[in-house]
Amino acid sequence: MEATLKKNRIDLMKPFRKYWEKFYKRFADGSLGTKLSYFIFGAGNLYHKQIIKGLLFLVLQIAIILFMVLCPTINSTPYGYKALLNLPMKNVVEGGAFDPLTGEFSHGSNCKLIILFGFVTIAVIAIYFILWDKNIDSSFKADMDLKVGKKPTTFKEDLAELLDSKFHITMLTPTLIACLVFTVLPTVFMIALAFTTYNDPDMNELGTNLFHWNGIQNFISVFTGEGSLGVEIHNRFLPVLGWTFIWAVFATLTCYFGGIVLALLINKKGLKGKKLFRTIFILTIAIPQFISLLAVRNILGEYGPVNALLQNLGWISQPIGFLGLHPNDSESLAKVMVIIINMWVGIPYTMLMTSGILMNIPADLYEAAKVDGASTFKMFTKITLPYVIFITTPYLISSFIGNLNSFNSVFLLTGGGPTYIGYQAGGTDLLVTWLYKLTIDQGSYNTGAVIGIFTFLITATITLVTYRRSKAYNEEDTFQ
Amino acid sequence: MMNNKKVKSQSRNAKTSLALTYLILILLGIVWLIPLVWIVLSAFRCEYQADGTFIGTVTSNYFPKAYGLKNFADLFTARYYGVDNAFPKWMLNTLIIAAVDCVISTFLVLSVAYCISKLRFRMRKPFMNMAMVIGLFPSFMSMIAIYFLLKSIGLTGNPTHPEYSVIGLILAYSAGAGLGFQVAKGFFDVIPNALVESAKLDGCTNFKIFRKIILPLAKPIIIYQALMSFTGPWMDFIFAKVIIGADNAPYWTVSVGLYSLLFGTHPDTNLFTQFAAGCVIVAIPIVTLFMFLQKYYVEGVTAGAVKG
Repeated sequence: MEATLKKNRIDLMKPFRKYWEKFYKRFADGSLGTKLSYFIFGAGNLYHKQIIKGLLFLVLQIAIILFMVLCPTINSTPYGYKALLNLPMKNVVEGGAFDPLTGEFSHGSNCKLIILFGFVTIAVIAIYFILWDKNIDSSFKADMDLKVGKKPTTFKEDLAELLDSKFHITMLTPTLIACLVFTVLPTVFMIALAFTTYNDPDMNELGTNLFHWNGIQNFISVFTGEGSLGVEIHNRFLPVLGWTFIWAVFATLTCYFGGIVLALLINKKGLKGKKLFRTIFILTIAIPQFISLLAVRNILGEYGPVNALLQNLGWISQPIGFLGLHPNDSESLAKVMVIIINMWVGIPYTMLMTSGILMNIPADLYEAAKVDGASTFKMFTKITLPYVIFITTPYLISSFIGNLNSFNSVFLLTGGGPTYIGYQAGGTDLLVTWLYKLTIDQGSYNTGAVIGIFTFLITATITLVTYRRSKAYNEEDTFQ
Repeated sequence: MMNNKKVKSQSRNAKTSLALTYLILILLGIVWLIPLVWIVLSAFRCEYQADGTFIGTVTSNYFPKAYGLKNFADLFTARYYGVDNAFPKWMLNTLIIAAVDCVISTFLVLSVAYCISKLRFRMRKPFMNMAMVIGLFPSFMSMIAIYFLLKSIGLTGNPTHPEYSVIGLILAYSAGAGLGFQVAKGFFDVIPNALVESAKLDGCTNFKIFRKIILPLAKPIIIYQALMSFTGPWMDFIFAKVIIGADNAPYWTVSVGLYSLLFGTHPDTNLFTQFAAGCVIVAIPIVTLFMFLQKYYVEGVTAGAVKG
């Protein structure tokens, strides 16, 4: 027992130990230039007469140090070391943030920007250390080249390398930068908001609101109903979570099997007009959903043709609220309608995907089954279905996750309704539409972020359990 | 004799089952077309009340009693949300955003997919894992943060330069595009590695291999990606509204504009037929594109399904 523990600890420390060894070894074995580059970026490159590269490193180092020391300020909120000092948000007051240098409160800044700029500053510090590592690497490589009798690479050769052995750096850098700024930073920012008191519906504009960290209070509040988020969120959380799961299961299964059946029908032997039928269904994919789903909403609406028809036939006296657009409408009817109408959206996708797979099923399987006297239905359940399911399992999982986060069907059809007075989530609201309402409509950013984190935890768990076990993930390399 | 009878009954069976299939498919086809037909009918609906006022909404008669082009004429000249000729402006904005986003996104996706599929480097697996983890967060969660971010650099509907919001929206659409590399990667995986290896033996650099070998072979996936990123801005009505701003009507995209006719700050149910006319105009180019490029679309979707 102790031995395994010890072994585990050593494994954990391994990357650090390895890095330390590399760090130490390069300092001990490196030339004077390499030793210098531990302190001055590019010194090693300059020492090896790689002037442009060395200057580039040096300029970047100076720029980052200036950024950290001078603390450029936007909307009265500083970057640099002041941003780090502000990050605990201990001394913020209405309309301003504490300035540690003057001991006064600067006006107009706000906690949202303090968090944002704090994270940007942390990212800049991380970049500083990456550059530090790269600059030592670069100098040490030149040392090694000299040792084996080669000349250190020129700037031109370095550039040429970016198109060959380091081509991935050239190709990935634009995406990496764009993703860090517009995907990773916003996501980290929102995760941080989940641990704050930023829940003020009336003040969403820049420069008007203040909040502070409150640890995991919000998460506790969702489960107990007491404290920061209030009892409404607690009361609606489990029903919305439950409905989200029911929705995802039904939406996935109905569209999946509906699509397979439709593909079988269209690909039936001897059927003419395959292309026409297929085009009809693709048409519904091509039309933006806000058009087609709003049309459905209109058709099923209070004054729409369906209610008019039923009234003219004398079957009903009052319009039926199919989509729960009024508070008194039936919640279960709205739920059923959303799932049914979603089939209209989802079936064509599965049909397209399975069509190709169906044509690839070896024909001799069916021949053999026919000889044995199997019925069409039996062939479907014993040959077609297992074959299709086997191949499309990854799609089934990803479409389940997609449905957990599906927005359009619910938002455009029911708008989450029927709504309950005093509650923020209506009868058909999914976690994601609730998240939208909380952040965009109500400005309850911390609640929205908490809901978002729960959604992430659910999808991440499903992905971890299924994907990481699957061949597609583990043998992704060898598949080619 | 017996055998003959059996064959006959079998062929009769096949015939009835084929007829049944036709029946089901035609019924399904009608169900699938109803909403689209409904929008087109509403767009051409041209009815007046007894006192001469135009009826812009759906009344309980199922098929329009009169048809005309008034909705289209009104749509192009009307003043919505205080903007003259709003609809043509929205169309133009969307066209610009879609075109730029299409170029940037396709380039990013192709470059990432090629690297992940055909090159081997230290950060490859961590990058793929990062893309997966980021993809698991609901995009609506970070949407408001992207808005804050763009606002802090003045790329949303700020009072002095409202037109910058178009740049902000393009950034928001295309910045994350590189993370959606899975379909293109699946496509590149199928290109034999031997092709790349032999080119390397001939002294080709990775850049040259990408340009001379991979890109010419990648035409279907380029078209698929371009189609996806070009049609995206025409279909999205949430992101655009948040980034450009609810009070920045001259720079809305067409979907935000049309959606706002029915559900905006000044919703007007009497504009339903004009909304429908707008939908028809938006749908025509997108549907045409889809129909022409159907082959590539199906190819892309299928590649995505099998590789996951």
